[in-house]
Amino acid sequence: MHKYFPHTQHDVEEMLKVIGAKNIDDLFKAIPKDLQIKKDYNIPLALSDIELDHHLNELAGKNQILKIFRGAGAYDTYTPSVVSALSSRQEFLTSYTPYQPEVSQGTLQYIFEFQSMITMLTGLNVANASMYDGATSTAEAMFMANAHTKKNTILVSETINPSILEVIKTYARYKKINVKMIPMKDGITDIHSLDQSNDYMGVIVQNPNYYGIVEDYTNISNWIHEQGGLLIINQDGQSLGILRSPASFKADIAAGELQSLGVPLSFGGAYVGYLATTNALMRKMPGRICGVTTDVDGKRAFVLTLQAREQHIRRAKANSNICSNQSLMALSVTIYLSLIGKNGLKEMTQHVLNASHDLYTKLIHTGLFEPVFNQPFYREFALKARVDLKALNNYLLTHNILGPLEIENNVGLFAVTEKTTLKDINNFIEKVVAFK
Amino acid sequence: MIYYDKLIFELSKNERIGYHFKSDDFKTVTLPSNLLRMEPLDLPEVSELDVVRHYTNVSKKNFGIDSNFYPLGSCTMKYNPKINDQLASLRGFQAIHPLQPTSTAQGALHVIYETNRMLSELTGMYAYSLNTFAGAHGELAGLMIMRAYHDKNKDFNRQTIIVPDSAHGTNPASASVAGFNVVEIKSNDDGTVNIEALKAALNDTVAGLMLTNPNTAGVFEKDIKLVADLVHEAGGLVYYDGANLNALLGKAKPGDMGFDITHLNLHKTFSTPHGGGGPGSGPVGVSEKLVEFLPNPHIIKTDNGYTFKNFEDSIGMVGSFYGNFSVYLRAYIYILSLGKENIGKIGPYAVLNANYIQASLKHLYQLPIKDYCMHEFVFDGLIDQSTHVKTLDIAKRLLDYGFHAPTIYFPLIFSQSMMIEPTEVESKETLDAFIHALKVIAEEAILDPEKVKHAPHTTPVRRLDEVTAARSPKVSFKDL
Repeated sequence: MHKYFPHTQHDVEEMLKVIGAKNIDDLFKAIPKDLQIKKDYNIPLALSDIELDHHLNELAGKNQILKIFRGAGAYDTYTPSVVSALSSRQEFLTSYTPYQPEVSQGTLQYIFEFQSMITMLTGLNVANASMYDGATSTAEAMFMANAHTKKNTILVSETINPSILEVIKTYARYKKINVKMIPMKDGITDIHSLDQSNDYMGVIVQNPNYYGIVEDYTNISNWIHEQGGLLIINQDGQSLGILRSPASFKADIAAGELQSLGVPLSFGGAYVGYLATTNALMRKMPGRICGVTTDVDGKRAFVLTLQAREQHIRRAKANSNICSNQSLMALSVTIYLSLIGKNGLKEMTQHVLNASHDLYTKLIHTGLFEPVFNQPFYREFALKARVDLKALNNYLLTHNILGPLEIENNVGLFAVTEKTTLKDINNFIEKVVAFK
Repeated sequence: MIYYDKLIFELSKNERIGYHFKSDDFKTVTLPSNLLRMEPLDLPEVSELDVVRHYTNVSKKNFGIDSNFYPLGSCTMKYNPKINDQLASLRGFQAIHPLQPTSTAQGALHVIYETNRMLSELTGMYAYSLNTFAGAHGELAGLMIMRAYHDKNKDFNRQTIIVPDSAHGTNPASASVAGFNVVEIKSNDDGTVNIEALKAALNDTVAGLMLTNPNTAGVFEKDIKLVADLVHEAGGLVYYDGANLNALLGKAKPGDMGFDITHLNLHKTFSTPHGGGGPGSGPVGVSEKLVEFLPNPHIIKTDNGYTFKNFEDSIGMVGSFYGNFSVYLRAYIYILSLGKENIGKIGPYAVLNANYIQASLKHLYQLPIKDYCMHEFVFDGLIDQSTHVKTLDIAKRLLDYGFHAPTIYFPLIFSQSMMIEPTEVESKETLDAFIHALKVIAEEAILDPEKVKHAPHTTPVRRLDEVTAARSPKVSFKDL
């Protein structure tokens, strides 16, 4: 017996009797003999609960827990205990996609709340139930622009995070979409390099961009709309609380990563992407959308809607193949935003803005770093080191500190979060100075 | 389950807060006003207890696998062990940054490497990538691999993917998204591949065939080797949709059947929680000749431990980092908890359970495929339909009896499909209770058909007006 199999010998016999089979093997007669496995699997013997506990703790112990000054798409955010306590309730955790709405109102309701919060943060009209991550969400936004404009070239700013760019390129290749880069000048998208052309389905920019720089996309927005293309802004979740919204730049689609809103780092996943758009593009949007309706008794209720766009109805003609998304992570973000609320998000983003500038100023003051760009920034910034950055980072690791990401030769990308305190920064500076 | 329909926004009251945050004495920085948020931030203002009560009440409107039996066909709703959740939440896994040096994350890389290796062994494939986030994402990557392979061979006119009409909807959708044309071929009556239809569809424009085995009607493709041979002879590749792998554990490996590319759903076969629709994990696996095309980055083992490497011929990156680590970590724990002695019992017990339900109810419900089934099977509605009680009604009435409904109206090859998948974790007692409920419903359908047609009666809400919802969509709070 094993704790996950309840079958006693007697049960098996009784069940076989009802089925009319001699033994379980008989039930597999459809599998040709030459395809049936003859050997045991080459995997380890079963571990007991206590052995598992020991083994996993040992593996976890091989991962170094660090004081993190690195971001580049994943941020050392704090998860309030309420978020983990509520999102791990079995009713949320162990349910499937809400195909039977009468017994899935819990999931459907939080999807509705999630969509509402995303539309509120982005300023756009409609959001879906979540995407895999910020990068795939941006690639799907490109597909929407492709379907809407029937044009084959997408413009992407060079200031975008290179991982997001890689994912965009992967997706573009198979749809025969050309990816054309807009050069960067002084850390921002160089609008003056753009030529007049109506071949563009749209432009993808990021805010804050890869270097943490906050760009003003007004001119790009006007320009791409004049060319008949769409504006797609990739914007990180936390920054939506303080920076200018995609809607105020007249973005047609906003996409991005929400990990910074209380989702644990977990070595890169599970995170959660969002996608929001205008009413005009709503029916081109991939993924699930939840709407409000009533039941036969007139009670307010929630239901998956506009399913005629989706794969299980439209098959080859669906506008996306997405079915499972990151629902539980969307729930976490919804609970997080409920707790933090209007005032909390303001306070935290102001803290992050202040702390990043404090770190910047103090690093420059050490004399070991010089600025790379002179632009407004939020949370992250790039500095050129006058010391060997690799050696510095190795030294910091010995003090359990994760230093900046080296994005090009001796240029480091630093990040803070709402967890970063004045003391953390001073300690970091102390170690950097000690390295000298 | 209770009815509670307040939205968090409706609890909001000015000044209330649900957080306790302290900032330090930093100099206040202000960005230029053209870069700052202009609109008010209308997030809820609620206390911590408001949030706790609200989401607790919201959760109570949901049915989970811990609530009761969840026989949703092709979804493999098995128990999600608690120890997996607990150990996956260790700080050593949760607090590590994806871009910290690999030398400081060897425990995490061990999990990636070993999960990859064990999945390869269990399915007979050469290697997997865990970077794909869900089954459909694995399909997309798998089809991109197919494209990359043909492109590398300069076989540019292979633009067609063949999909049987019994396939999951994601198959044709993924093929479309990956830029292929889709040809659907008619299946045999039992949903298996019609060899003549396949032969007629094969030519030098075919990139490959996508197949689920056992198929969506719970039937094993006994001609699978012939099917694979025919596709290979025509120069195509064969893709395995792993949604139904649960049936095969302990019995057969897709790799032995001639499949070149597979995806698995760890949130089905390997017990990771579905989370109300994700996060899933959909690793994509390949045979040896296709390894170089797997998504970047790859994990490799060196003398100095594990590290990541990019392959030149790779289809590229399919996500920002390495997929849903916290999800496949649970699958890793699950596989080890069963081990070599037990994991091979999954298929046999799952198949035993499905056949037991099938045999116990076939005198009341139409059984279109009269043979042993694999891990799931399809009833085509009631035998006695004199009162016009439909599959939808039966499904809704099951909710009243405390069971989740089966998958309904799928596969499309039958008009009243009820696709039932019990999984190996259910006891005879649970199955008997479910069988009893379906017997009672069959009886009610004749004696009190209106009761069944208007079910459910006891759920937090009853049947919904889906038409109005789609005609004038209200999809956010401000639309109300």
